[in-house]
Amino acid sequence: MANSAQTHDAHDHGHPTGWKRYVYSTNHKDIGILYLWFSGAAGVLGFLLSLLIRIELQEPGVQFLPFLTGGDMDAAHQLYNVLVTGHGLVMIFFLVMPALIGGFGNYFLPIMIGAPDMAFPRMNNISFWLLPPALLLLLLGMFMEGPPGGMGAGTGWTLYPPLSSALGHPGPAVDLTILSMHIAGISSIMGAINFITTILNMRAPGMTIHKMPLFAWSMLVTAFLLLLALPVLAGALTMLLTDRNFGTAFFDPAGGGDPILYQHLFWYFGHPEVYIMVMPAFGIVSHVVSTFSRKPVFGYLGMAYAMVAIGFIGFIVWAHHMYTVGLSVDTKAYFLAATMVIAVPTGVKIFSWIATMWGGSVTFKTPMLFAVGFIMLFTIGGVTGVVLANAGVDAALHDTYYVVAHFHYVLSLGAVFAIFAAFYYWIGKMSGRDYPEWAGKVHFWITFIGVNLVFFPQHFLGLQGMPRRYVDYADGYVFWHEVSSYGIYITTIGVLWFFGIVAYVLMAGKKAQANPWGEGATTLEWTLPSPPPFHQFNELPKIK
Amino acid sequence: MEKTKMKNLKALMLAMLALGASGALAVYAVPLYEMFCKVTGFGGTVQRADSNESEQIDRVITIRFDGSVDGSLPWKFKPVQVTQDVRVGETALAFYEATNLSDHAITGSAVFNVTPHKAGLYFSKIECFCFTEQTLQPGETASMPVTYYIEPDIMDDRKMNNVHEITLSYSFFFQRDEDNLDGEV
Repeated sequence: MANSAQTHDAHDHGHPTGWKRYVYSTNHKDIGILYLWFSGAAGVLGFLLSLLIRIELQEPGVQFLPFLTGGDMDAAHQLYNVLVTGHGLVMIFFLVMPALIGGFGNYFLPIMIGAPDMAFPRMNNISFWLLPPALLLLLLGMFMEGPPGGMGAGTGWTLYPPLSSALGHPGPAVDLTILSMHIAGISSIMGAINFITTILNMRAPGMTIHKMPLFAWSMLVTAFLLLLALPVLAGALTMLLTDRNFGTAFFDPAGGGDPILYQHLFWYFGHPEVYIMVMPAFGIVSHVVSTFSRKPVFGYLGMAYAMVAIGFIGFIVWAHHMYTVGLSVDTKAYFLAATMVIAVPTGVKIFSWIATMWGGSVTFKTPMLFAVGFIMLFTIGGVTGVVLANAGVDAALHDTYYVVAHFHYVLSLGAVFAIFAAFYYWIGKMSGRDYPEWAGKVHFWITFIGVNLVFFPQHFLGLQGMPRRYVDYADGYVFWHEVSSYGIYITTIGVLWFFGIVAYVLMAGKKAQANPWGEGATTLEWTLPSPPPFHQFNELPKIK
Repeated sequence: MEKTKMKNLKALMLAMLALGASGALAVYAVPLYEMFCKVTGFGGTVQRADSNESEQIDRVITIRFDGSVDGSLPWKFKPVQVTQDVRVGETALAFYEATNLSDHAITGSAVFNVTPHKAGLYFSKIECFCFTEQTLQPGETASMPVTYYIEPDIMDDRKMNNVHEITLSYSFFFQRDEDNLDGEV
């Protein structure tokens, strides 16, 4: 293993300072930090959008949003759709992906495999700097004309035509949203190429692909998913763009097109996309669980290849999002069976995490709390996913709050809990300062109670038949909607608490050791001082 | 250093290969989807044949006709007969009638499918007004024929055993205003 003598700052060729250090940066750690700040800001924005949604839904009737639109009811209804669309797109493309892939991936992947930096540092810089304009375009779209006389793209994150075509949204709002997705997609593709090259070529001597940390494995699988899924989204969005502006008819029956084709293309991207979001979380949770159980992860190879299997199967199950478009019984039977097969490698991962804890010397520090929370919540979301995989059951539950509850359990609670686990696990390493343990634990419990209060009642709403994407509802749904809204107020306290911790760590945190977690933390980042030097591994570490 | 460059280039090629593969999938999405619909009869896509050389079988299926017009096309369009009873394998001829209600010459085209969707695989059209665009002069009424038959293969598909009625449906869409080619509608 490496020692700190190998890591001193030998290459002092005058790296840029001040604002140039970040704007011109080619350093994977600086770019990772940029990604994390960016996703933090986008996360706050996405959270505020969901807060507005929940305030409106607290009571039946439409009363809060008209307050924002000056009493105009039509504008309030459109605003609700815009909030739902914006919340989804911001959280997926500008919170979860930049945090897990761009942020923690950029910062820790090179260190974990013993590399001095990413393979293409300049491309890394472009990858990041494409994101702020993409977010800007999305926000701009919220304030442009969408439907006739209305503002913003109220299409849902799926952008299905004909609602998103010239028929439903003739204004430029949807065009801006599409361009935003294009740019974010290009950013992710370049990031993915960078990760693949780095992992394949820059592992330290002795680190074979089968000795690589699981986080690196998860990034490798994620990068391939991105490369295979995003071009299809880009194609679908381009067709939508030309349908809207240049008179083509890919999705318009009047010219011989078919709107269902869009759904096929979208979900061919969309299903792998959910694994893109959760795969890096798998990697992080594996490290955290192993560190705080003081045991190597159970079934390392099985864990790695379970991720490969999930990634592969993820590409052949897309139509389970489309059970209600009129697929034949045989087609539905296939997609049902294929979808359920995913539960097998996922089960391998869940049981391996539990087996890692089994008989270990477990300490429940904050990162471990979030990791165990992830396992529990992801399992709940996974189980409702198996319910929804049944084409017959889905006919009743399609587009209800049951689906909303399901994907928020795996993403909002799953992926976001992994982001928090990673934050507490690595903040000492990144900033050189420790977080206050008690405050982290308080954060965990506030968040855990809050988000469960938000989303668990939504299962009941869905089973009662409450459809998603509606601004108003019948009185019968009021109780669980109210509980759900109280949940987000608790979560809001958690979010404020979290940013309080961030501020405290950066301004007054105690100096962190190189390895605060003890013998369980075996990956290479713990052999470096906290924070790591600007350039690490000038002499490559040797892996036994 | 050269060796690293070569290795990076190789990894880059691998990534580009993956990118190209799914890029091609997106570019060829339309022909692939067309092929998929034709082969599987997905969404009630009907088959097209040059002639009917199949034997007639003693199983009668009721064909029900349906016609509708998109809001932007000022036409009246309806089937002449509501239903037709045909034997499997028998070539049948049905008519629709369309009237141009406006004072312009207008070109429209029809999209079509059958329900139940699973019947699309066995419903073959030999000749149909929907294969080409149709132009109607102001006030003109035209009779529009369709020649079709049910493929005898339907007897071998047990999922079709409960199908006694197939609905053939058309929707006419606006294409062009012939009197005002470059103006607004």
